[in-house]
Amino acid sequence: MAEPRPVLEMTGIVKEFPGVRALSDVDFRLFPGEIHALMGENGAGKSTLIKVLTGVYSLDGGTITLDGRSVRFGSPLQAQHAGISTVYQEVNLCPNLSVAENIFIGREPTRMGRIQWKRMRKEAAELVDRLGLDIDVTAPLSSYPLAVQQLVAIVRSVGTGDSDGEGSGTKVLVLDEPTSSLDRDEVQELFRLMRRLKDEGVAILFVSHFLDQIYEICDRMTVLRNGTLVGEHMVGDLDQVGLIQLMIGKALDQLEELHDHQLHSDVGETLVKAEGLGRTGGIAPFDLEIKKGEVLGLAGLLGSGRTELARLLFGADQPDSGKATIGGKQVSLSAPNDAIGAGVAFCSENRKTEGLVPDLTVRENIILALQAARGWTRPIPVSQRDELVAKYIKALDIRPANPEARVGQLSGGNQQKVLLARWLITQPKLLILDEPTRGIDVGAKAEIQKLVVSLSEDGMSVLYIAAELEEVLRLSHTIGVLRDRRLVAQITNGPEITTSRIMETIASGEHQ
Amino acid sequence: MSATTQSPTAPDSRTPSKAARLLGDRRLPVAATALLFLVMYGVGLGRYQYYGFAEPQVFLNLFIDNGYLLVAAVGVTFVILSGGIDLSVGSVIGFTTMFTAWLVERQGLPIVVVIPMALAVGAFGGFLMGYVIHNFEIQPFIVTLAGLFLFRGLCLVISKESISIGDSSVSSMAQAQVPLGVGFLSIGAIVALVVLALAFYVLHYTRFGRRVYAIGGNEQSALLMGLPQGGTKIAVYTVSGFCSALAGLLFTLYIQSGDPLHATGMELDAIAAVVIGGTLLTGGSGYVLGTLFGVLVLGLIKSIIQFEGTLSSWWTKIATGVLLCAFILIQRFMTTRKKT
Repeated sequence: MAEPRPVLEMTGIVKEFPGVRALSDVDFRLFPGEIHALMGENGAGKSTLIKVLTGVYSLDGGTITLDGRSVRFGSPLQAQHAGISTVYQEVNLCPNLSVAENIFIGREPTRMGRIQWKRMRKEAAELVDRLGLDIDVTAPLSSYPLAVQQLVAIVRSVGTGDSDGEGSGTKVLVLDEPTSSLDRDEVQELFRLMRRLKDEGVAILFVSHFLDQIYEICDRMTVLRNGTLVGEHMVGDLDQVGLIQLMIGKALDQLEELHDHQLHSDVGETLVKAEGLGRTGGIAPFDLEIKKGEVLGLAGLLGSGRTELARLLFGADQPDSGKATIGGKQVSLSAPNDAIGAGVAFCSENRKTEGLVPDLTVRENIILALQAARGWTRPIPVSQRDELVAKYIKALDIRPANPEARVGQLSGGNQQKVLLARWLITQPKLLILDEPTRGIDVGAKAEIQKLVVSLSEDGMSVLYIAAELEEVLRLSHTIGVLRDRRLVAQITNGPEITTSRIMETIASGEHQ
Repeated sequence: MSATTQSPTAPDSRTPSKAARLLGDRRLPVAATALLFLVMYGVGLGRYQYYGFAEPQVFLNLFIDNGYLLVAAVGVTFVILSGGIDLSVGSVIGFTTMFTAWLVERQGLPIVVVIPMALAVGAFGGFLMGYVIHNFEIQPFIVTLAGLFLFRGLCLVISKESISIGDSSVSSMAQAQVPLGVGFLSIGAIVALVVLALAFYVLHYTRFGRRVYAIGGNEQSALLMGLPQGGTKIAVYTVSGFCSALAGLLFTLYIQSGDPLHATGMELDAIAAVVIGGTLLTGGSGYVLGTLFGVLVLGLIKSIIQFEGTLSSWWTKIATGVLLCAFILIQRFMTTRKKT
C-alpha cells in the first residue's frame, strides 16, 4: 500500500530546558485523515512535543514540515493561521458569550466595522450542522455541559481560517486530553465528531490516558519515553500489554525480579472502610478496606485515578457518593480536617506546591501539622517542640540536621523526609503516601521504603502510591489496581504475584 | 458537573429548557432593574401626584440632574464588563471641573478650546492607568486607587479655593433648553444619551466591544483564542478616563464652578449604578442599558426623597446601600444557580 504524503512531519526534534533534555531527536508524522495517538507516561515528553508543534515553545533543533513547506511557529496564533489548532483539556472559551460568538470571536464577519450578527449566527449554525452536532448557537455557552463546550471548542478550531480567506481551514487538530472529564456517552459524541473530521481529511493528534479510547478511535500511535521516540505503530499491530511495555520501557519478564522482602504478617482489624465512595470526574465508586498495620499499594498508570482515590480518602476532594468509616466511626470527609481528626495523614505528590512551605525552616515545617491538630490557640511548649523536632530529624536522618535550615534549600529526598516527619509527629493511624519516592535519589528512596516497612510493623496503616510497580509489590500486603479511574481489582500479595501479573491486570482491566 | 445526570443522546436534554433559559438569560437583571424603576415611579406617582410628580418634566429632570453620572457610569460599565474596576472616576471628574474652571476663568481660554483639552487629559490618564495595569500586571484596584489620589491632589495644585465660572458662553450653554414637546432637556442630558447610544453600539456591534465581554468572561481563554487582550484592556481604561472627563465637563456645566472637592466618591455612585443595572462585578455579563436604569433608579431615589420633604438627604445613601446589597445578593443567587 503506497502511503500518501504526510501533512505534517517533525524530524529530529530537540527541546531542552535548563538541565533537562525534554525531547531528544524525536520524529513524528501525521497523515491527512488519520487519528494518531501520542502515547507515553507523564513526563515522557508528550506535552512538550505538542507545545513545540503549536508554537508555545521554541525549537532547539529539528525541523517541522507542514504540507511540504518548512515551518517554525513563534506563537499559537501563528500555528493556528497555518492550520494547526489545539483544543486543551480545559475548555478555553468564554462561558458568558453565545456559542456562535465563541466560534467566531476575533474573526466575526463585519461590514464597515459593524458586526453582522445574523450572518455570524447563520454561519455558525451551518458549521455546527455540517459537523452533525445539535447545538443552539444563540444560547450562552455556559448553558451547556462541559462536554458540549468541548465540542464547541473543536468547532471553533475547525472553523478557524474560514473568514481569513487563506487556506482550507484546519489541517491538523491537536486534542490534548479532551476526554479526561467526560463520561462515556459524551466521549462517544466526541468520537463521532472526530470521525467526521477525519472523513473530511483533517489529521487529528489525540492524547489520552485512557487506553480503551486509544484503541477505539485511533489508527496509528507514536510512543514516547523519557523524551525519546520509542516507535510508531499501527494500532492493530500492538496490543495493550505490548503498549504498556513500550511506555514503561521494560519487558514483562524483565520486571520479575527482586521480590524477596518478607512482609510482616501481623495485620490487625479493619481500620478504614470505604463503601461506594466516589466522585464524578474523579474516580468511580469503589469499596476498599485497609487493616491496621497493613500496607495497601495502589498500582495503575499515571492518571488512572490513584491520586484521586487518595485525595478522596483524605477529604481533599469531596466524595459525591458512598461513605467511609475510620476506626469504626463514620467520617464525613468533607474537608481534610475531618480526615486529620480521624487520624489520616496525607503526603501529597507535589511536595513543593501542596505540602511544604519552602521559606519556613525545617522546624517550622515539621511542627505545622501538630500545631494544626492541637488547634491554633494552644501553643506547643518550646522545649517539647524542640525535643520532638530533634527526635524526628534524627529518626529520619534529615540532612542537614539543622532545624533552622530553610526547607527550600534541602534536596528533594530530605524535603520528602521533612514532609513525612510533619505527619508522623501527629501519630496518624493511616498514612497516605502519594509518590513519596518520585524525583529523589536511590539512597533516599530505599530509606523511605524501609521507613514504611517499620511504620507498618509498628501498627500504622499505609496507603502507598508509586509509579514503579516493583516498589508497590515489594511493600504492599494488598495491591489495588486502578485503570481508567476505576478500582478494577484488589490483589492479595503473595509469592505468586509478579509485576507482570499486575501489568496484565492493568491492561485487561480485570483480575483473572 | 451536571453532565452525568443527562443523557446526551436525547437531543432535547442538551438544549436547556425554556424556564432554565429564561432564568439564565443575561437580560433578566436589566429587566428587574427596569421593573424596579417603574414600580418606584408608580409609587411616586401615587404619593406625590398632587405635588407635581406627574409632570413629565420631573421624569426629564432625572436625565438633566444625572447626566454626568450616566456618562461616568457608562465608562465604568466598560471597565467592569472587562473584569476590572476604576476608582479614579470621581477624582477625574473633580479634576476636570477645576481644570476647566481655571482655564476658562483664570486663563481666559474659550470653552470650545478647553473641552477637547479636558477630554484629552482624562483619556490620557485612563490610558496610563490601563498601561500600568496591563504591562506590569498590577491589580486595577490599586492602580486606579493611585489615580484617585493623584487626580484629587492635582485639583488642589490648581487651586485650594473653588472657582466659580461667570463666563457667558458657559452659562448660556448650561442654561440652554432643548424643547421636547412635553418638556425640555439640557445639553448635558442630550450628550449623556448620545454617549449611551454610542456605548451600546460599540459594545454590541464592534469587535472591540465583544472583546471587552470576552476578556471579562475569561481573560486566559481570550488570550488563548488569540484576542489582543492587552490592547483591549488599555482601551477600556482609556474609554473610562474619557467618559470621566466628559462627565466632569457636564458636571461643570451643571454646577458652573470648579471645586477641589467636587464629585468626591462619585466613582462609588457610578459603580453602584452599574451593579444595580445588572452588570456582574466579576465581568463579562451585563448591559449598558442596565446602567441607564441603574442611574435612573439612583436619581429617582433622590427625587422621591426631595418630594417627601421631611427626610434628610442621607436617606439617599441608605436606600442606595440597601438596593446595592439586594442586587448583589440576587446576582450571587443567579450565578450559583447556573453552576449547579
